[in-house]
Formats: sequence, C-alpha cells, structure tokens
Amino acid sequence: MHINFVIYFKIHVNLSKLVKSVGAIYIKPCKEFIMVLRLEGVKKSFRNSEELVPVLQGVSFDLEAGHTLALRGESGSGKSTLLHIAGALEAADAGRVWVSGKELSQLDDGARAQLRRTDIALVFQQFNLIPSLTVAANIAFQSALSGTPDLGHIKQIVSSLGLLEQMQKYPEALSGGQQQRVAIARAIAAKPKLMLADEPTGNLDEATAENVLDQMLKLVAQTGTALMIVTHSKNIAARMNRQLHLCNGFLV
Amino acid sequence: MTTWCLRALLSHWWRNPVQLFAYLAGLALATALWSGVQAINSEARASYDAAAKTLGEGQYDLLIPKQGNRIPQDVYILLRKSGWLVSPVIDARINDVRLFGIDLVTSATGLPNLAKEPSGITYDTLLANEETALKVAMLANVTVDTSIAPGIAIGDIGLVQRMLKRDDLTHLILLPNQPITQPSLSMIAPNLRVQSAHTVTNVAQLTSSFHLNLTAFGLLSFAVGLFIVNSTIGLAFEQRRGMIRTIRSLGVPMRTLISLITLEMMTLAVIGAGFGIALGYFIAAFLLPDVAATLKGLYGAQISGTLELRASWWLSGMILALIGTALALSSRIWQIIQMPLLASAKPRAWVIATGSRFRLQLIIAITLLFSTVPLALILEGLLAGFILLGCLLVGAALALPPLLGGILTVVQKYTVAPVWVWFWADTRQQLPGLSLALIALLLAVAANIGVSTMVSSFRQTFIEFLDQRLAPELFVEVETANQSAALEIFLMNRQIEVLPLLTTQVVIADLPVDLYGIRVGQTYRNNWIFLDNTLNAWDIIESGKAVVVNEQFARRADLWVGNLVQVNRDLILPIAGVVGDYGNPQGQVIITERTFKDLYPNLYASKFGVRTQDASFLRTQIVNTLGIKNNAIINQVGIKALSLEVFERTFVVTSALNVLTLGVASFAILMSLLTLADLRVPQLAPVWALGLTRRRLAWLELLRAVLLAGIVFVCAIPMGLALAWILLTIINVEAFGWQLPMYLFPLKYLELGGYALIAAFLAAMWPAVRLMRTPPSTLLRVFASER
Repeated sequence: MHINFVIYFKIHVNLSKLVKSVGAIYIKPCKEFIMVLRLEGVKKSFRNSEELVPVLQGVSFDLEAGHTLALRGESGSGKSTLLHIAGALEAADAGRVWVSGKELSQLDDGARAQLRRTDIALVFQQFNLIPSLTVAANIAFQSALSGTPDLGHIKQIVSSLGLLEQMQKYPEALSGGQQQRVAIARAIAAKPKLMLADEPTGNLDEATAENVLDQMLKLVAQTGTALMIVTHSKNIAARMNRQLHLCNGFLV
Repeated sequence: MTTWCLRALLSHWWRNPVQLFAYLAGLALATALWSGVQAINSEARASYDAAAKTLGEGQYDLLIPKQGNRIPQDVYILLRKSGWLVSPVIDARINDVRLFGIDLVTSATGLPNLAKEPSGITYDTLLANEETALKVAMLANVTVDTSIAPGIAIGDIGLVQRMLKRDDLTHLILLPNQPITQPSLSMIAPNLRVQSAHTVTNVAQLTSSFHLNLTAFGLLSFAVGLFIVNSTIGLAFEQRRGMIRTIRSLGVPMRTLISLITLEMMTLAVIGAGFGIALGYFIAAFLLPDVAATLKGLYGAQISGTLELRASWWLSGMILALIGTALALSSRIWQIIQMPLLASAKPRAWVIATGSRFRLQLIIAITLLFSTVPLALILEGLLAGFILLGCLLVGAALALPPLLGGILTVVQKYTVAPVWVWFWADTRQQLPGLSLALIALLLAVAANIGVSTMVSSFRQTFIEFLDQRLAPELFVEVETANQSAALEIFLMNRQIEVLPLLTTQVVIADLPVDLYGIRVGQTYRNNWIFLDNTLNAWDIIESGKAVVVNEQFARRADLWVGNLVQVNRDLILPIAGVVGDYGNPQGQVIITERTFKDLYPNLYASKFGVRTQDASFLRTQIVNTLGIKNNAIINQVGIKALSLEVFERTFVVTSALNVLTLGVASFAILMSLLTLADLRVPQLAPVWALGLTRRRLAWLELLRAVLLAGIVFVCAIPMGLALAWILLTIINVEAFGWQLPMYLFPLKYLELGGYALIAAFLAAMWPAVRLMRTPPSTLLRVFASER
C-alpha cells in the first residue's frame, strides 16, 4: 500500500441525479479515491451504408484504483466500443475521457501509445496474439515494451494459468481457451494501472474461468489495478465491486 | 521497445519463409535482369570509349580517299613537303584484331605516347591489352597495356606495314595548327577529301539504339519483377495487419512502427538486390558473347569479352531496387497510417477496402489509355514513344484488376449452380491478392506479343528486302581502276548484265551520306520497291533528272518525294523515289552512273552486281581470266545467309529477355498463390465442411489459375498489338530511321497463349497439391478457433 497525494479540482453541484464537474481543490491521500478511469458524457456513433447509428449516447462513470467493474448489456449494445474508448484505442465523438489523470483528447498518438504501454492492459475478445511469436514472447511483449519484463512475476502468472508446457509453442498450435489465457497472462504481466478485458473467460470452462478471474482479482488486490470486464456471465459480474448495464447507448 | 517491436516484425518472415523468399527472389529477379542489361551496356560503352580514346576518334579531321581505302605513301610525302601537317595511319584487320599503325614521330597528342619508357613500345613492338595480345603474339612482340581498348593493337606504322605486307596508308590525321599558307588539297592530292571530326559517326552513336533496345527490355523486366515485390509487400502487409493492430494496441507509437517497418523492408531489399546484382553478373556474362557478335556483325564494333564489376551498373541496380521498393512500400505505409487502430483483418473487409481503390484505379487507367490517342497525334520523337508506351503499360496494368472483377461479377450473376456461384465469388475474393501477379503476367505476355510481332514483321520485311537487293547472283569487288574496266569489258562481251556501283561519302543536307551511282536497268526496275515514288520514277532517274534516297536520309533530312536535294554545289535534283534500307544506319542518295562520273571523274566502280545463270562457272572464269581474288567474289546465297544470321543473332538477346520476363511473371503467380495459401484455409474450411472434397477444391484452384491466365492473355493481345504498333511506327523510326510494316501472326499468339496457360497451371500446381494434402485437422482447427 502506498500513499498518493492527488491534487485535483472538483466542484460538485447537485442537480437532481446529474453531477457536473467544474473545479475544486481537494487533497486526498487514500488510494480508493484515485481515479484511474473517468468518462464524462461520452458519445460515439458509427456510420453504416445508410445512416449514422448512435452506439453510446452520453456515458459517464468513474473507476478508482483497486476497484473492479463489470460492464454488461445485450449484443451490439456498445460494450466493446466503450472498452476501446476507455483503452485509448478509439476516440469518442463527444465527451471526455481521463486515464491516470490525463485527458485522452489532449494527447497525441505518441502519448496515447505510451499510456497503453505503461498504464493500460487490454484483453481483446479475439485475443490478438502475435502469431509469429512464441507464447513466452507474447506474454512478455507488453511489459517488455515499457521496460525490462519482471520474469519472476511472469513465471508465477504462467504457472498459475497452466501455460508452462505451452511456452515454446506458437499461437496457431493452441486451442481457443489456451490463447485466451495467454492474452490474459500478457495483460497481467504488464502490471497495468487499468486493465480492460473483453469477455476474458468466454472460451473457458467454469473451473478455468474461476482460476483466471482469481488471478485478475489478485492483481487488483496486490497492485491496485483498476479492472473493467465486459461479460455476459452473471457469476463473474457478481464478483465485481460494481455492475453497469449498457442499454440503447445509456448506462442504466 | 524498439528491439521487441523489431523482433515481432522480423518474426513474421521467420515463420513465413515462402513469403520472405518471394520478396527476396522478386527483388533479385527484377534487379538481375536490369543489372545484367546495364552490365552489357556499360561494358560496351567502356569499350567504345576506350577505342575512341585510343584512336582519337572524333577528335581530329582526317584526310581520306574519295574512293577505296588506301592512300599511296608518296601522296603523304607530297603533302608533307607542301607544308601540310599530317600524320599517316594504317587501320586494318588481322587475326580478328584491328591493327592500328601510327607514325611515332608525327602522331598527334591524345594518342598513347608510344615512345615512353619503360612500359612503352618501340619500333618493333605492338601495344595491346591482355586479351588482344594473345591473338597477335605470334605475329610480333607485344607489350600488354590494359588501357588499350579490346580488339585493338597499336604499333609503329612501319612495323604494321611489314605485318600487312603493304606500303600504303589508310588515312591521314590532319594535325591542329596548320600553317596559314599551304597549297590547296585539290592541287596536291585531288583524290583525297577532308572528313570533319564532327561528321564521324562513332561506334557509340551507331550502337546507341541497340543499347537503348536492351535498356528498354531491362526496364520492362525490372517492372515485372517489381510487381512481385509489390505483391509480396502487399500480402505481407495483409497478413501482418492483425499483428500491426496488436502492436499498436499494446502501445507502440505509429512513428516508431513506420520507421521500423521501413528499416526492415529496406534492409531486406538491400539483401535481395545484392543477390540480384550477382545474378545479373552471370546473366550478362552468359549473354555477352551473343551481344558482342551482334555488335561486330552489325556495326563492326568490338567489345571486351570479359565483364568487369563497374560501379555504374551495379550501383544503378541497387539504387533502382531501393527506389522501387520504397515506392511499393509507400502505399502500404500510407495504408497503415490511414488504417483505424482496430481495423478488421478479415478478407471480406479487404475486398471492400480494395473495391474503392479499384474504382480509382479504373478512372486513372481509362484516363491513361485514352490519352494515348491524342498523345500519339501531338507528341514527336523517341521520348514521345516511351511516354506512349508508359501510358499504355501503366494504364493496362491499372485497368486489369477492375476489369477482371467486372467480368467475374457478370459471370457470377448468370451462374446458377451453387458450387460455381461460390467459385466465381471466391475468385473475386482472391483478386486483391492475385492482381499484381496477374498484372505481371499481362505485361510479360503483352511484351512478348509486341516484341515478337515487331521481330517477326522485321524478319518478313527483311527477307523480302534481301530478295530485292540481292537480285544479282554474284557480287564482285575490285581493287583498281584497271580491274574495274577489265571486268566490265569481260562481262559485256559475254552479254552478261552487269550492275556497276560507284560510291563515295559526301555531306548532303548537313548529313554524312553514302552517294551511289548506279546503272538503271531491268534488275532495278523489277526488284526494287519504292516506299513512295513519282509516276515513271525509274525513267526520270535514268534520265539523270532525279535521285533516289533511302528512308533514313528522307526522315533525317525531312526530304521526301518531290523535294529538292543539293547533291553538290552545282547539282540540285528532285527526289523521285524513297526506298527502304533496313539495318543500315547511314543515309543514301542514289544517282545515275553517268551523273556520278560527271561529278567524280576520277572515281571508278569498285563493286559490281552480276546477273548470271551459272554463278560458280562465271566465278571461276573471272578468277582465272582477270586475276581477281576468289574472296573478292561473293554469291548472293552467301550474303543472304550471312545477313540472316546477323539478323537472328541481333534478336537472340531480345528473345532471351522475352523468355526470362515470362518466367518472372510465372514466378510471380506461384509466389502469390503460395503466400495466399495460408489465408485460404479459413476460407476453404467451411466449403470443405459443406461437402466439397479437398481434391475437388484443388482442381478448382488449378482451374481458377488457368481461367484467370486465359482472361489475362485475351486482354494482352490488343495491348501487345498496340505495343507492336508503337515500337514499329514510333520507336523504331526514331531510333533507327526506318519504318517497318506491321504483320500479324495469329498462330504465334496462340502458341504464346498456350505457354501462358501452362505457366499458370504449373504455378498453381504446388499450392493445389498442398491443399489436397491438407489434413482435416488443420481445416477443423478453423472452427475451433472461431467464436
């Protein structure tokens, strides 16, 4: 546990159930008040061949360090889009997003890339492993991008996720579930401040899914990582600190 | 970050060695053919420069005989005594070596200082390079000097005269700084004339169009090879699209990624180009003997038989390869920059993205193709020809993929059977990956059609031309005026038609020209065919009131039928006819024998055409009765055979490059299919699961390759014919000065089409066999990985 002193400006104006942030001076030493992720009025639309389809219509929420959040909703409700915006992979059409205190719209490509390198770890729905690297290299990849990988930490993750015997194999030789575990191991190995996972246990059996979730929650507990999971599983959602439902572009 | 990112990028090639091979091989082939051609050209150029430097060609005015090639020594002595500063030269051949005899005392500066010690020659030593020294070593002492051009040996004039057993001279160098007061040449030596240094057509100029031809072919081969490179870069990019997305997602900045991809691809390009340059050296070494023989036969040019590693050609190969790679890479880099971070890597998205690119390509293609017509009308010159060629080739290349897409869409629309509906749709799906290889095939086949049409048209025209010009059964060359008169009397007494030929070199319309005097008779009237002529042309010419010119002169002087030609100061005659004169770089003006003799009374007919029913008997009579040497008499069959042999050898190199280009295109198809094979598994797995066997799928792959090659061949025919037209009508005319009629050879085209289909079939066979042998577990894994 470490103490962070965060100075930020915040003025709360209570207008019914909406909170408007203007500015205030506040000094808060406790880690649970460290805002790792903040979204304010985020909107996003996509154009298909005929029309503009709104996917997110003003989403706002916060996620503090060491907290976990499950994002649920129907297929096509915009969960993955929200995850991508939070992960600085896509830009919102409107609204503001802060990660580790930095507003994403103010950052150039290099700064966003650095944020993804050092502060954010993503677990994609399609795994997105690098097919020409071995499992070992894939797992170490993100942490190696930002510095020297912690080999002891990696070894511990690999062992706990049951990947020891797959280390020298290539992703094409693994099953979907094994690939998913590799993707999760890569994210955990990076020791991020914010972990965003899109259906991380979708390909896994129940026991393995529980094990994987345990590892992720362990990381949260040990390092104060904030965790947001997109999931259909009620069991997984129940183990998070909070659940948010996305419906028709709004959080309910 | 840099190390790990580079490691990820390079790991793609480690895991996809076929792609890496395709990339390196494509570059190597492209560079090899270009470098090989440039190596030949630069070797030839170096030889020409060395010869010109050695012999001072084009540096000094010369005094040459108005007729024949010998100057009596006493003429030289008389000139010297009269105050003319001249230096004697003998220029003759012995043992296939050009023997150059100069006067050590009076030789002009600029020639090798032959009196220097210790490595210089003496009055009894020849100077030659190592290769030439071996050929003359048995005739005289030789000192090796590597600065001497190949095929040339230089020595003191006295030594050379003794070696040749003659005491006359070939020409006199007019030294600079002549005294102001000296008697005129016409008084002292009326049989000599001044040949200005500027009018000497040196070998480099003569052979420039031949080398241009080679360069054009080398460039075409380079372009075809670059298509392989472009195709491979494109396929690698598509296969790495997912990896690039992942790397970016994990935090690698765009700038870093672009820099590393550029570094990676350019480093591989250097390696590939290096292999290509080495391969080019061997290709050049293989083709050099044929090129040397062609140049010697056509132009009398001698080039070295050994190939040197000159920076001019290998550096040009390397630079061109890097520029070509950079161009191919730039569009992909641009795509990476434009690509949304989370862009799909799926093939359908690729097709959709390519669709809009196809539309733009089609617009550019149509613009280029339609612009060829006004350009052909407006532009002139060799550059115009190359611009037209470029528009045609690039336009057709860009038009091919959307055209193929359109054809496949239409065919699919009218197909009912489900397997075939899938087949056409799947073929459209493959177009982005195959289009570059198919473009390479289109260019190669079109180039083959175009060049083979040109060569075959040339061959047909040349054979007809030889039949015209080689109507006389015998050709006799005499050495003296007495022999000339004796021969004519001998033949006329036997009522044998004799065609004397008087000739000298003059300048007409500011052009160096061969002036001929002929005796107009039935042979000329019946055999010579005019390209353009007035009515009763031969009658007017025979009366001495008009001239005939060859096409080269007509084009260069822009003087045609009806225009006036100033034959000399006092004689101006109209042109009554223009004749074709294929293979001759020099302009010709032809007047009657009588008119010639009026202008040059001291000149005699040194060559005769003789009509006879029994050539061998007459030859024997001439030799025995008149003492003319046997080797001074050539029969028509011999000349025709020699001319055809030179002709065929001229195009050996072109044919070789033609075949190589087609081979490169086939290789491009093979590499594209192999590299696409891995991408195909997820596309074919569902179809296999629905009931199509692997064997049937493999046969469909073969059919697809052959069908696409067939469509490409059909598209290549009009393109190739247009290419042939441009070559024959514009480029040939500008380069050589004469125009050939265009003939069509449908059977040849069909034969070529057969080769193209076989090449495509063979190229598709390996991937098809691989598909047939793909284990079901590999196909099933596709479904296990799907979510």
